[in-house]
Amino acid sequence: MEDKKRRDVLKMGAVAGLAAIAGAAKFLSPESEQPITECGDKVKLLSQDGEIIEVQASMLKLDTHDHAQTMARKVGREGIPGRKFVMVIDLGRCRNARKCVTACQKMHYLPEDKEWLQIKLMKDNEKSAPYWFPKTCFHCDNPPCVKVCPVDATFKRTDGLVLIDNERCIGCKFCMAACPYSTRVFNWGEPEITPGAENVTYSPETSVPSRHSTVEKCDFCPDMARQGKLPDCVTACPNGVFYFGDENEDSVSNGSETVRLSTLLRDKAAYRYMEELGTKPRVYYLPPSNRMFPVERGFKNLSEEIKERYKDVH
Amino acid sequence: MNIENTSKSLLTEFTPQITHWSLKEKLWFSFWSIVFLVGMYALYVQITEGHEVTGMRDNVVWGLYIANFIFFIGISYAGAIISGLLHLFKVEWRKPIIRIAELITVIATIIGPLYILLCVGRLDRLHHLFIYPRLQSPITWDVLAIITYLIGSIIFLYLALIRDFSILSHAGLGVSKFKNRLYKFLSLGYTNTPDQRKKLNLSTDILALLIIPTAIVVHSVLSWIFGMTLRPGWHSTIFGPYFVLAAIYSGTGVLIVALWMFRKLYKLEKYIVEKHFMYLGYLLIVLSAGYGYFTFSEYLTDWYSSEKWSSELIDKLFNLQEFGWWFLFANVAGILLPIIVIGIPKLRSINSIASVSAILVLAMWVKRYLIVVPTLETTLLPMQDTRMEYVHYSATWVEWALTFAGIAMFFMMFKLASKFVPIVPVWETSEYLDKESMKTK
Repeated sequence: MEDKKRRDVLKMGAVAGLAAIAGAAKFLSPESEQPITECGDKVKLLSQDGEIIEVQASMLKLDTHDHAQTMARKVGREGIPGRKFVMVIDLGRCRNARKCVTACQKMHYLPEDKEWLQIKLMKDNEKSAPYWFPKTCFHCDNPPCVKVCPVDATFKRTDGLVLIDNERCIGCKFCMAACPYSTRVFNWGEPEITPGAENVTYSPETSVPSRHSTVEKCDFCPDMARQGKLPDCVTACPNGVFYFGDENEDSVSNGSETVRLSTLLRDKAAYRYMEELGTKPRVYYLPPSNRMFPVERGFKNLSEEIKERYKDVH
Repeated sequence: MNIENTSKSLLTEFTPQITHWSLKEKLWFSFWSIVFLVGMYALYVQITEGHEVTGMRDNVVWGLYIANFIFFIGISYAGAIISGLLHLFKVEWRKPIIRIAELITVIATIIGPLYILLCVGRLDRLHHLFIYPRLQSPITWDVLAIITYLIGSIIFLYLALIRDFSILSHAGLGVSKFKNRLYKFLSLGYTNTPDQRKKLNLSTDILALLIIPTAIVVHSVLSWIFGMTLRPGWHSTIFGPYFVLAAIYSGTGVLIVALWMFRKLYKLEKYIVEKHFMYLGYLLIVLSAGYGYFTFSEYLTDWYSSEKWSSELIDKLFNLQEFGWWFLFANVAGILLPIIVIGIPKLRSINSIASVSAILVLAMWVKRYLIVVPTLETTLLPMQDTRMEYVHYSATWVEWALTFAGIAMFFMMFKLASKFVPIVPVWETSEYLDKESMKTK
């Protein structure tokens, strides 16, 4: 995976693994407008498709970590062209297996007590039955968090995603106060990062590693989408609760089945959580009808601590 | 040339206040210095260990600091609105008290924003506010408004000081050479020629006119930091005017307390007289009634319409096990008490007015806390968290230490200012006393 990130950011699209050429390579700043001359040394490189390509040495520059990150942060602000990501969560299938939560934590190198994806036990009124409610970031089309950010550290992309640049964030927490869904988390101290995170090049798309005193949240895993893969929460779910896809293509998939988005939303009477707030979420919920599991199943195999969370719901 | 004689005698009277530190003052200053130093240690802890050392967590992301921020910006209204308005209406009795009022404004406006900085996790990136500003964000509005307000109120204070600097530099108080040179420099060569007088008066008039809308903007924008969000108790259309009125109210309260203290300390009974307390007291009743009206209207609508989250919030405020006692204190001591004590002639005296003012200032601080914390504890989705510190906010010693450090800073800066300039403006007061004596003749 680290490899993939490097690929994204290498300017030449070439793997600069050949240490021998490093000495011959000329360091150019990315914005340099030095005219390219045909003369000069040429070097052979291995492209990402495994082909040997010949490049002028003067056009080469070594990829430093800082530069890779600057590029990644820049790319991370632009959406993936032509895409409009959307998620559908089928509440009738959720049994609080919590596989999505742990998969998300693993993917983003998060400690156990930091949950970007939470599962709430909801009960809409006294008479109705409780149901499990997985909650991601809703990536609202009218995001209250983006509106209030004073430094453009959280932004809305063309592909519908709301992301955070934790190298830009000043930690004022206004976005957290503004988000009506309590989606965002803050690194109150030095963040606990599980091993491996240090090899990931930070970008708003990877959201890894966490930085102290900055805000972070569910990012819909656009780094996976770039590889044509589904987010980890989707593939980790044993019951196919999460459907992820592209509104422009009108299709969503939960890993085992791919369905037409418009049909799914229409036939299953999909709704968006708290539509009345006008935030226009990009996450749709299918009502918890015809449930596959009784709600009690969700309490099985839960640690006492997690069970404790739901004590107020009867 | 009567004024000049009066001002000379006034200056002689005020000289010890400027040049001499009494033992009481030294103790007072040392006490607050210690409080301030404890706060600085807390700041060191917060900077080195991160915001983990505060009671703030993911649900209650703001706490004491923001309450203090609103509080200090609120009391800064003493100089801006009170002094500005009285100036525009040419109320003569304002003259002996404007210096204290305007000092409150400048000092509180310096301290207030420091609390915002305490809420910012990455102070090393503070410059991002200027290199990546987004005009859509109420924080950007706030930054612009507060900077404007601070500069405006400093100029307003300074304009009223020029004449005194001129008098001080010529008086030969026996202060250090450096201080005398500073007075001279700050007087800008003012010698009270008709032309200078005209220009100074005109500038003061303009500033008084400008400072009022600026102050209103500052507190409205501050209220919109809350009002623009979709949170119960915050998302209210009356928040702008509600905050502005509350600010004038608490500003007047602080002004009365400050007048009382300086009057005692520097024996200013001749200049700060009963009339000042009475008139400001009457103003306090009017403001209290207005503020009470806003408060009633705000909570009545939330309670009556009984929308889910508003009701949850109201339940917390009315429940004695949660915020009930605080809510009661904020409204009884902050609204009813001043009206009763100042409203009933038998209870009305300099001391009683000063006492209720002190209590109402405290109540107004509690009120700000009640605006910030209970709403943040009322999330739209069920919180379902087992970490107690994530569910309920409780301020840590670091936050308290820094809160008191702000109060210490306020007192210390006031004391230092009073050692540099007469706390009662010499020129204006002489003018006022002259007019008064003409009247009696």
